[in-house]
Amino acid sequence: MSVANVLLVDDERDFVSAMTKRLTKRDLEVSQAYNGPEALETLSKNDSIEVVILDVKMPGMDGIETLREIKRQYPLIEVVMLTGHGTIESAIEGMKLGAFDYLMKPCDMEDLLGKVGEAAEKRRKHQSKIIEAHTREIIQRRGY
Amino acid sequence: MKSLFRRSDGPVLQENQNYYRVLNRKMVTLMIVVSLLPLIVVSTIVGYQFHASYQEKIHAHLEELIQKHTQNIDNFLHEKLNDIRVLANSYGLAELTDEAFFQHLLTVLQKEHGGVFVDMGIVHQSGRQVAYAGVFRLEGADYSNAEWFKVAMEAQYYISDVFLGLRGFPHFIVAVKRVWQGEVYIVRATIDFVAFNSLVEHIQIGRTGSAFIMNREGKFQTRPKTGVKVSNETFAAQIARMSSRSAVSQGQTKAPILVRHDAPPLALRSRATIQNAVNISEIMDEENRKQICVMTPLKDGEWILFFLQEKADAFSQYYRTLNVALILLLIGAIGIVVTAFAVSRLLVSRIARADAEKKVMNQQIIETGKLASLGELAAGIAHEINNPVAIMVEEAGWIGDLLEGESFKDPDNYAECQRALKQIQTQGGRCKQITHKLLSFARKTDPSAVDVELNDLVREVVSLSEQRAKYSNVQMETDLAPDLPPIRLSPSEMQQVLLNLINNAIDAMGKEGGRLSVADWMEDGYLVIEVSDTGPGIPEANLPRIFDPFFTTKPVGEGTGLGLSICYGIIKKMNGEFRVKSAIGQGTTFQIWIPLAGQKSRPGAQDETESKKEIQL
Repeated sequence: MSVANVLLVDDERDFVSAMTKRLTKRDLEVSQAYNGPEALETLSKNDSIEVVILDVKMPGMDGIETLREIKRQYPLIEVVMLTGHGTIESAIEGMKLGAFDYLMKPCDMEDLLGKVGEAAEKRRKHQSKIIEAHTREIIQRRGY
Repeated sequence: MKSLFRRSDGPVLQENQNYYRVLNRKMVTLMIVVSLLPLIVVSTIVGYQFHASYQEKIHAHLEELIQKHTQNIDNFLHEKLNDIRVLANSYGLAELTDEAFFQHLLTVLQKEHGGVFVDMGIVHQSGRQVAYAGVFRLEGADYSNAEWFKVAMEAQYYISDVFLGLRGFPHFIVAVKRVWQGEVYIVRATIDFVAFNSLVEHIQIGRTGSAFIMNREGKFQTRPKTGVKVSNETFAAQIARMSSRSAVSQGQTKAPILVRHDAPPLALRSRATIQNAVNISEIMDEENRKQICVMTPLKDGEWILFFLQEKADAFSQYYRTLNVALILLLIGAIGIVVTAFAVSRLLVSRIARADAEKKVMNQQIIETGKLASLGELAAGIAHEINNPVAIMVEEAGWIGDLLEGESFKDPDNYAECQRALKQIQTQGGRCKQITHKLLSFARKTDPSAVDVELNDLVREVVSLSEQRAKYSNVQMETDLAPDLPPIRLSPSEMQQVLLNLINNAIDAMGKEGGRLSVADWMEDGYLVIEVSDTGPGIPEANLPRIFDPFFTTKPVGEGTGLGLSICYGIIKKMNGEFRVKSAIGQGTTFQIWIPLAGQKSRPGAQDETESKKEIQL
């Protein structure tokens, strides 16, 4: 199993491709999307994605809106925001909307891996808790 | 606001100096007119009044004088005639023809009157002098052909004109007709001319005022003291004028010269009668000097007492006062003029300094406005730079990844390294472009005009704004006319205007985004740049105020309200104008019209206070 299954969302194709190569080399499962709607579409097709790395500033549907939509549809998926200097405010807004954390672009690979790892960890913990809860429920229902 | 940018610098410096010169001239003229006019009006009125009252005073004085003397002369003649009358009535012919007694009477009269009577005689109706007393030994003289005798025979009493007569001395005769033993006799006395003359000569005023008596024919009855330089015609005209006047005033036809038969001669006239008869006029003498001429009839209008005085002499005191007043007026006027010049020069120099300070301030406002629009750009720019930097960092990291361990030898990895390096180079170039664009704008605004390709300028600004537009979901399009001639303007200022309009348009469209189009073309000798958006439009109520400084609809802290007012100033400086079309819900279109040729030649452009605002609802 890979370190994490991530979806990388950024409007800069070159950035996405370089990043994908680096993350793949570090044993991450990487999907790509170049804007908000695309990201949502990918999520709907691929339910194994655990963490979304999301650029805040994007033309069209921007990062905050995309985040809101992701959180609405997939509350368990963790989102790490990437932001420029001028958009710290939106990153903070993103945190309020339920983003896991944020990183300043350009970011250090180790930091990114750390955050993504933590996010994936959290997501998996959540996931297992839910499974546990489900299991308990089934046991309780059946085994009474 | 509009006046804030009324004048631009550089090429209009000459114009400015001209402007200040005109301002100076206007102020000086105004001040001089406003202060001198009342002064002149008041002095004219006062001067005129003073002149009138002074003239009245002089005339009254002369009249008074003449009246008094007229009365004196009247008295004199009356007295002399009465003396003779008394004489003729008191004694009989026999007594009077007694030479010794007659001589005695003359001596008594001479004693009484100080030698006024020169001699006396009794003339028979035949003209023969039957008795004589005096120094001339004229007994038996024949007066039958003498003019005075003829006249005296017809009248009861008679006073003759001055004539030389038989003795060759100027004298005149006082005669009384008397009938003795059925025959007519005339008792006559000769009045000394010198004595009579002195009576008149006494009337002297000032340097040139003198009096004399003339008869109606214009013959002098007394000697004028100073030479009279008035032509005979003038006198004749004056005499004619007076007699016609007195004729009218007394309701008589021209009075007969001769003495009336029955009425007592030379009835002593009342003061009022004399006053009525006094006539004051001004005549020109032969040397073209004005003379005051006072006339009054004497001896039942046969004689006229003249008084002449040069006007300059009579009014000498007035003229002296007038001169002093004029000098004071002149000094005052000079003072006013000097003050007007000094004050207006001071004021104009102050205004010029204030203008210069204002210009500096305007420049600072423009700079501030630019910084504000730059700030709006900053977020977009940061992101724009950040993206390539992020890519470079990742690519470099990727190279690092590839170089780890022995995989370096793999030819695939080698090629990948090369690709990554190339990518870093490309992205570095992107960064350079962005920073250059940014720097070209952040540079200090240079107001000096150069020939500019408008399309290049527009493209530059559009590309600078593109990133911001992209993240605001604004679609930018340009429709630039090819082959536009170069235009002379300050590129950094024009950049600022365009950037401002584009920023405003992007702000106006907000989150929803929209379409922003920038176009330019040529029309009627103007270059037109149009920035239009599909935003919410400007409410009609706000439309007239959008160019006012500090007018903003943005929340406090976000908009300075200076952007458009700065743009307005910049465009006015180029002699261009703004046109705004806005429709609620459909968007706003800003047009900048810049005259292509003779950017200074459009008259009135400088003073135009309102830009053309078209409202379309």
